[in-house]
Amino acid sequence: MRILIKNGHVIDPSQGLDAIGDIFIENGKIKEVRVQKTPPHPPLAKGGLRGGDLSKKTGKRGTHPSFRTIDAKGLVVMPGLIDMHVHLREPGFEYKETIKTGTGAAVRGGFTTVCCMPNTYPVHDNASVTEFIIRRAAEEGYCTVLPIGAITKGQKGEELAEMGTMVKEGCIAFSDDGSPVMNSLIMRRALEYSKTFDVPIISHCEDVTLSDNGVVNEGLMSVTLGLKGIPAESEQIMIFRDIALAELTGARLHIAHVSTEGSVQLIRDAKNRGVHVTAETCPHYFSLTEDAVKGYDTNAKVNPPLRTDRDRQAIKEGLRDGTIDVIATDHAPHHTDEKLREFDMAPSGISGLETALGLSLRLVHEGVLTLKELVEKMSLHPARILRIYDKGTLKAGSEAEVVIVDSNRELKVDAGNFFSKGKNTPFHGWILKGMAVTTICKGKLYEQ
Amino acid sequence: MLTTKDLLGIKELSREEIILILDTAAGFKDVLGRDIKKVPTLRGRTAVNLFFEPSTRTRTSFELAAKRLSTDVINFSVPTSSVVKGESLIDTALTVQALGADLIIIRHSSAGVPHLLSKNLRASIINAGDGTNEHPTQALLDAFTIKEKKGKIEGLTIAIVGDIAHSRVAKSNIYCLTKLGAKVRLIGPPTLIPKEIEAMRVAVFHRMEDGLKGVDVLIMLRIQMERQGKGFFPSIEEYSKNWGITSERLSHARHDVIVMHPGPMNRGIEITSEIADGPHSVILEQVTNGIAVRMAVMYLLAGVKRS
Repeated sequence: MRILIKNGHVIDPSQGLDAIGDIFIENGKIKEVRVQKTPPHPPLAKGGLRGGDLSKKTGKRGTHPSFRTIDAKGLVVMPGLIDMHVHLREPGFEYKETIKTGTGAAVRGGFTTVCCMPNTYPVHDNASVTEFIIRRAAEEGYCTVLPIGAITKGQKGEELAEMGTMVKEGCIAFSDDGSPVMNSLIMRRALEYSKTFDVPIISHCEDVTLSDNGVVNEGLMSVTLGLKGIPAESEQIMIFRDIALAELTGARLHIAHVSTEGSVQLIRDAKNRGVHVTAETCPHYFSLTEDAVKGYDTNAKVNPPLRTDRDRQAIKEGLRDGTIDVIATDHAPHHTDEKLREFDMAPSGISGLETALGLSLRLVHEGVLTLKELVEKMSLHPARILRIYDKGTLKAGSEAEVVIVDSNRELKVDAGNFFSKGKNTPFHGWILKGMAVTTICKGKLYEQ
Repeated sequence: MLTTKDLLGIKELSREEIILILDTAAGFKDVLGRDIKKVPTLRGRTAVNLFFEPSTRTRTSFELAAKRLSTDVINFSVPTSSVVKGESLIDTALTVQALGADLIIIRHSSAGVPHLLSKNLRASIINAGDGTNEHPTQALLDAFTIKEKKGKIEGLTIAIVGDIAHSRVAKSNIYCLTKLGAKVRLIGPPTLIPKEIEAMRVAVFHRMEDGLKGVDVLIMLRIQMERQGKGFFPSIEEYSKNWGITSERLSHARHDVIVMHPGPMNRGIEITSEIADGPHSVILEQVTNGIAVRMAVMYLLAGVKRS
């Protein structure tokens, strides 16, 4: 397979590239990148085959074009996006999502690698589940899947899971996402132990005793709706604890889905002190506020909850000044029936893979981030945090994981049209400017 | 007429709609004073009491209100229903609608359930209490009682005492009474009054003696025994000593203060028998007025065109 992407605006922060240029792909690898020069055109094969088309829900796989030339004039060409926080639900909750549908949604959203959280059934706390996920992803996945194992057995926060064995099978990080490790001693041990394998511990920071089964942000909105609130302090107390433990142990801590102003400040201070801490936020935390739950919209129920406008602005500032390294989706697909019920009993989560790029590009259109910074947060930084250096880059010789983005094309979000089984989005009907038009990964090309 | 097919909460009502309901209720109260306490106004209609939480007084009040309007009324109680068989709320409600309900009166422990049904059903929904959100007909009957006793609501100082944080009655009363121009005070321990509530144009007091000064109306809330031992207050006894209403404490209020309680009362805890049965108490009149107010709500909703 050979692909030439011509005249695109190539952005690759790993090489400091931000210029018009061409990319030549051969045998699933980046062969050559040339910017601001006329590249030597390889012989053109007429009538190149069209690849798999994810805009139609046929589930058809991309085909192998023998040769393709893509005119990327006016488009942005970047390394494939890496989402370090998704829930693919397989094994165990295939009615919500499968590795196949989740990775299909990823490719549509411009992602070429996703990292799946361990809250499956059974819990991904042992190497046989790692092996299952990796095999399944190889068989059916549209993009690369890198699994995240549980920190503790059964995500119970009591005993460490077999991290070493899981790393051997392909785990790239550990997290008890959704069921935070409340016992500080166990968290300390997990951080210490993880150093052997040089993997980050990803922490869903929440003091669940303080959250006390809350379902929305604590504030005027929770009082007005009569719903139990989760204070910002519930997140901040745990971020403070985990930063302290990272400092104590010298381990690598990555803080998941930062949602409050106070959290941003705690992480900023820690980074200034030189603590090994990185952080992510999700598009919904810089796009929405707690107002979205008005009318008891369960599609806006997410944990941590949507916060106030002040928090939203602080998240943007954290992204702008580099305190927040990564934009991840926390893609959490649920079945429609599960969301169509009592607000406090509906599961938390937003199906995020197919809206993340469009929502994040709003930050570029608003001037919060440059395109280069956006690529860093959605591709280069996740690769560095996870130490997957052959990803998040367009360097010659690396895997050909490339996304071509039309940053001006407008698209109306239609949940019914999602490739993901999870139609649970609070962004239905939004018009987003900018989308992935071509995604290249695993040796195939997907266009929409 | 009302502008929406449902009564979800006082929050959603305008001042004019509240006044319309209260004025309509006054007419129905006359009916309740007659020998034959029944009018044919809503003959042929069907109302269903869909109660997912135990309730005797509210359910009975709605049942009587429906019967006084000649509406067929059915009580759908949870333990005998298919809910125990794992049926979803939406399916239960759709089934009730398919049985021919024009009006569904819902009580549920989760806030927002009436709103969920409102969006998914054609039938009119009346909120009879949803979690810690609202209990609109209680607030309407309280307002009706205050107006009847005091001749007005605007300008009155009204104190609500107790577990504000978990009280849907308090929430609906705050919306209703502030919309009608009363000055609302909340009294209780800080653990039971969310700090954000001051944004609802109310004054918060933590000591009874401070909050009761010059009060025209006192609404005592029922204290839930299960709050004890959860860190809200150390014991029922200590709560009673600090926030229970006694004759001595009531002397801080205006001499013509009226005392209200949504019931059921914990005598000797939040209210002494001396007060509950005394000259300031209008507690039993609240119960009677509840029927008139609920008749008014059903009557007004029946006139709204359904889309």
